[in-house]
Amino acid sequence: MMDFEIINSYIPRFLEAFRLTITIGWLGIALAFVVGIVVAFVQHFHVPVLTAIAKVYIELFRNTPLLVQLFFIYFGLPKIGFQISAEVCGVVGLGLLGGSYMAESIRSGLEAIPPSQTESAVSLGMTKPQLFWNVILPQAFTISLPAIMANVIFLLKETSVFSAISLMDLMFTAKDLIGLYYNTTECLFMLVVSYTIMLLPVSLVGRLAEKKVRYRMFGD
Amino acid sequence: MDEILKIEQLKKSFDDLSVLDGIDLSVKKGEVVVIVGPSGCGKSTFLRCLNGLEDIQEGRVSLESEVINPVSKSTVNARKKIGMVFQSYDLFPHKTILQNITLAPMKVHKRKKAEAEGEALQLLERVGLVSKKDNYPRQLSGGQKQRVAIVRALMMHPEVLLFDEVTAALDPEMVREVLEVILSLAKEGRTMLIVTHEMAFAKAVADRIIFMDGGKIIEQGTPDDIFEHPKTERLQSFLKTFTYDR
Amino acid sequence: MGFEVLLKGQNMARLIEGLGVALRISAISVSVSIFLGIVLGVVMTSKNPVVRFVSAVYLEIVRIMPQMVLLFLVFFGATKALGLRIEAEFASILVFSFWGTAEMADLVRGAVKSIPVIQYESSEALGLSRLQTYVYVILPQVVRRLIPLSINLITRMIKTTSLVMMIGIVEVLKVGQQIIEANRKSSPNAAFAVFATIFVLYFFACWPFSCLSKYLEKKWEN
Repeated sequence: MMDFEIINSYIPRFLEAFRLTITIGWLGIALAFVVGIVVAFVQHFHVPVLTAIAKVYIELFRNTPLLVQLFFIYFGLPKIGFQISAEVCGVVGLGLLGGSYMAESIRSGLEAIPPSQTESAVSLGMTKPQLFWNVILPQAFTISLPAIMANVIFLLKETSVFSAISLMDLMFTAKDLIGLYYNTTECLFMLVVSYTIMLLPVSLVGRLAEKKVRYRMFGD
Repeated sequence: MDEILKIEQLKKSFDDLSVLDGIDLSVKKGEVVVIVGPSGCGKSTFLRCLNGLEDIQEGRVSLESEVINPVSKSTVNARKKIGMVFQSYDLFPHKTILQNITLAPMKVHKRKKAEAEGEALQLLERVGLVSKKDNYPRQLSGGQKQRVAIVRALMMHPEVLLFDEVTAALDPEMVREVLEVILSLAKEGRTMLIVTHEMAFAKAVADRIIFMDGGKIIEQGTPDDIFEHPKTERLQSFLKTFTYDR
Repeated sequence: MGFEVLLKGQNMARLIEGLGVALRISAISVSVSIFLGIVLGVVMTSKNPVVRFVSAVYLEIVRIMPQMVLLFLVFFGATKALGLRIEAEFASILVFSFWGTAEMADLVRGAVKSIPVIQYESSEALGLSRLQTYVYVILPQVVRRLIPLSINLITRMIKTTSLVMMIGIVEVLKVGQQIIEANRKSSPNAAFAVFATIFVLYFFACWPFSCLSKYLEKKWEN
């Protein structure tokens, strides 16, 4: 059975790992959101040249695992002169992976607005920017919200591979402690508890927010 | 009466398919023109050309002295003077009724919020929907939504109003409440172009009726001319589709 | 940039072989997931409160628990708790199937529920039996929705299997590390070439499935 004294003694180390994981995780998600918006706008407005680059970027990062991306950025790029710390690598890796997912979610939201909305706004005399900010974007955001929330949860889960680039995150800590003291049960318990604390609220709040926003806009 | 809207030799085609084939029309201030014709005759496309939603291949549409189509920089300005109401209402689902109505006046005409809302409430009162001002579009019936869409267009103080089959998507019992609003606008002396399938309404509201078929104006005249004394065979057979023989 | 390493000896072949290990694990896990997922997905459309509660808990666990954590739980936990030594590859298939089944079941449930009630009603009004309704009307529509999504699950499974190196399975990343290590002196920059190559290899393993899924989705959307 579990020894709660051992668990107690492990709490400080897990807390530290938790802090690191969650900091890199949320910074990466913030970066992903920014990248996603920029890329989605580039595609939506068919910006020349950049649209093609955006397409290649999305395909590349959606079709490769984060672990491989991190290995390439952290171990590969320094060999051609780009050296970054493991922490920055974690944020950038998560941001680039997430950016490709966010871009797709936001773009499909923008595409889902019926053209008749544009027509009625235009016939009221609105300019293109007025139309975009007041009519298209708020609706697109509502439509994209479930996908964006799913991406956030997916990206938080992806933080579990950070130990591969020697970040002392939750997985690293668990593995380290198991190797040192063989208290496997306690370590795994802490691991599950940590990730539950990290993700369950996000999952629940996300679902609630989705319902609320959806109801406000579409009434179902 | 002065001429306000002028359409000269308008031609429009989608790829190789000609939809409008040389239309000339001049509308006087305060005139109510109703356009009828079989499905696919180009009447809706014609209306959309009038505020530049569709580009045209030949001819010209002008409001007073400003050219609307072919589309140019002056179109945006002239378009503000033309209001349009669509079959599918197209209210903005993420805004309340009041916000739907005041968005364009505040953004396009830069009017103050309080002042725009004041006028909005007056107009809502007039169409009997002031109690719905804080509701969202989804909470309204089709007829109510369409009345809001009319108010939304009126808020821009248009010189010409275009109605594109505004009752076609409505349940029969809601058609009347919308048409009565349009009738009262006609009585105020507003300039309007209306595309509709409601022949009784056309008869009641129109100063002039235009019958279109195959992208051309086939016949035009007063309601009496059109319904009681149709001259062309095409109009006669079109009118027959609205009566039943046993 | 170290690309010469790949031409040395069997290095390129070893990398591809390593990818093969990951793909084999994906193929087995995805097959199990699709089969069990369909069964479970249909069961989950039931209105029985116990079934609904259990499946909701199962889906939520999979929704919030990283596959990496599940992998640790089975690989390290089972050894400790049950005293049995589980093969790493078997553990990973177990975990990925556990994850994939939930994903698939959720897709199946969503697809079944997305068929409007009027489809059932109009079939009934035409005099079709319940079984006939399912076979001729509902299933063909469900399958059309499901095929692109299942293909999508394949690409996600392939990406997920990259995790198995973390429990010591020698797959493409591990082979890559071995190659870099062995050529540390002769090709100090091998890491760039090797990891770039693995990046491209994974891309070409996943991309065709992504394209196929997108193509079918477009083709079948009404």
